[in-house]
Amino acid sequence: MCGIVGLFLKDKTLEPQLGSMLTDMLITMTDRGPDSAGIAIYGGTEDKAKLTVQSDNPDTDFADLDCDLGRVIDAEVTMRPNDTHAVLSLDATKVDQARQAIRELRPGMRVMSDGDVIEIYKEVGLPKDVAARFDLSSMSGTHGIGHTRMATESAVTTEGAHPFNTGADQCLVHNGSLSNHNSLRRKLKREGVRVESMNDTEVGAAYLTWKMQNGATLGEALESSLEDLDGFFTFVVGTKDGFGVVRDPIACKPAVMAETDQYVAFGSEYRALVNLPGIEEARVWEPEPATVYFWSH
Amino acid sequence: MQTYDISEKGLRGLNSTLQAQRDATNQTSWQVVNPKGSHAIAVGLDAPIEVTVKGSTGYYCAGMNQQATIKVEGSVGPGVAENMMSGTVVIEGDASQYAGATGHGGLLVIKGNASSRCGISMKGIDIVVHGNIGHMSAFMAQAGNLVVCGDAGDALGDSLYEARLFVRGSVKSLGADCVEKEMRPEHIEILKDLLERAGADAKPEEFKRYGSARKLYNFDVDNAAAY
Repeated sequence: MCGIVGLFLKDKTLEPQLGSMLTDMLITMTDRGPDSAGIAIYGGTEDKAKLTVQSDNPDTDFADLDCDLGRVIDAEVTMRPNDTHAVLSLDATKVDQARQAIRELRPGMRVMSDGDVIEIYKEVGLPKDVAARFDLSSMSGTHGIGHTRMATESAVTTEGAHPFNTGADQCLVHNGSLSNHNSLRRKLKREGVRVESMNDTEVGAAYLTWKMQNGATLGEALESSLEDLDGFFTFVVGTKDGFGVVRDPIACKPAVMAETDQYVAFGSEYRALVNLPGIEEARVWEPEPATVYFWSH
Repeated sequence: MQTYDISEKGLRGLNSTLQAQRDATNQTSWQVVNPKGSHAIAVGLDAPIEVTVKGSTGYYCAGMNQQATIKVEGSVGPGVAENMMSGTVVIEGDASQYAGATGHGGLLVIKGNASSRCGISMKGIDIVVHGNIGHMSAFMAQAGNLVVCGDAGDALGDSLYEARLFVRGSVKSLGADCVEKEMRPEHIEILKDLLERAGADAKPEEFKRYGSARKLYNFDVDNAAAY
């Protein structure tokens, strides 16, 4: 069992409240996932790319990281630390070089996400504690996805927490369990796709990345996941300008959607949506099995 | 009319209060406010009382009901009226998966749509859905009636026993051992009564009946592929 929440704002005046609305939804889903929590938030109109990095030793790893990285990639890097995470802003053409440099400069650090607008924050602990340490409720943005994890397929670690970055400005969260993740991990490894942990969802995320690297659109990659992934899943994917939802054909993992003139919201349960403005008048429905849905700006 | 506010007094208090009502109670009418999608609202009731839930609920609303009439003015999460024994449950909105699962008796009315596995393993309950139902509905259904005024999803009535299934719209596909059957006068009578009681504006003659071909009751090696 895990909990998923998602919020896509149509009404720009709500953007400053995105973080607080999502945090409330996330904490409501604590019963479904008390082990770890994470959020992908899309916001800002920076002309630079953003790399969100994480370290178990932020004091040492983040010390002079912007200067060190800037020197190696020969570009200006600005850093905004936030607890165990930091957002690095740099020229979009330098992202691949920066990823490589980070591996050498700070081997203990992990890249959580890259893209123009995405930031991913995730840690082990109760959703309310994770939300507090990153001050998620103060964040603004256009849309975001959150996840509360009850671990089944791999250990309770930061790497095993969701969301998973699947490509620039893309991420995946998952409720369910994939049963063919070991064979798929081996297959992806042969294809040269790097999977860091023993987590099933990371394999699902790597699968989508691999499909898209081979020319598929995100929609096509999600369609083919219905064929190639065995197990239970409700996936929510974040994209630069929106989000998508797909459930496996059996669809035993719950999903509720709500739409008003102001937003489209996703929750594993209706409980997660009850404090949203105008929810009483919202169109509330359950996404169909084996059907890919997308909302975008 | 008694009013119970879940946000003030909590869910556990609601169920213990409602469960404590007896046949002879003079507090027969209850209103539950601020359900906010909570789970297990109005479960295990066993008295002829009327409970109205003002809003949408989460998992397992009205489970194990006996005698009570429970109305939800909203939608319900998975497992509404699961294992109902008697009484009536009416949902004004939609129902999530496995509505009325394993129900032994009583009437469940869903005025919107029901999703997958509606009436799974039903054992005597009557279910009337004004809208559509999802895939694998009435899987291994043993007794009772499932009436669908809209369409049915994939694999309707898979591995069905003796439940009767009535569908007015299309059936995406029938499950193993489920077949269309002749609509005889006694079925029209049953359907007429159920539609009336469920407040459904539909004519019994517009429905088709589906039931078990009874080929999977006993193992026959020729049917091995159907299991």
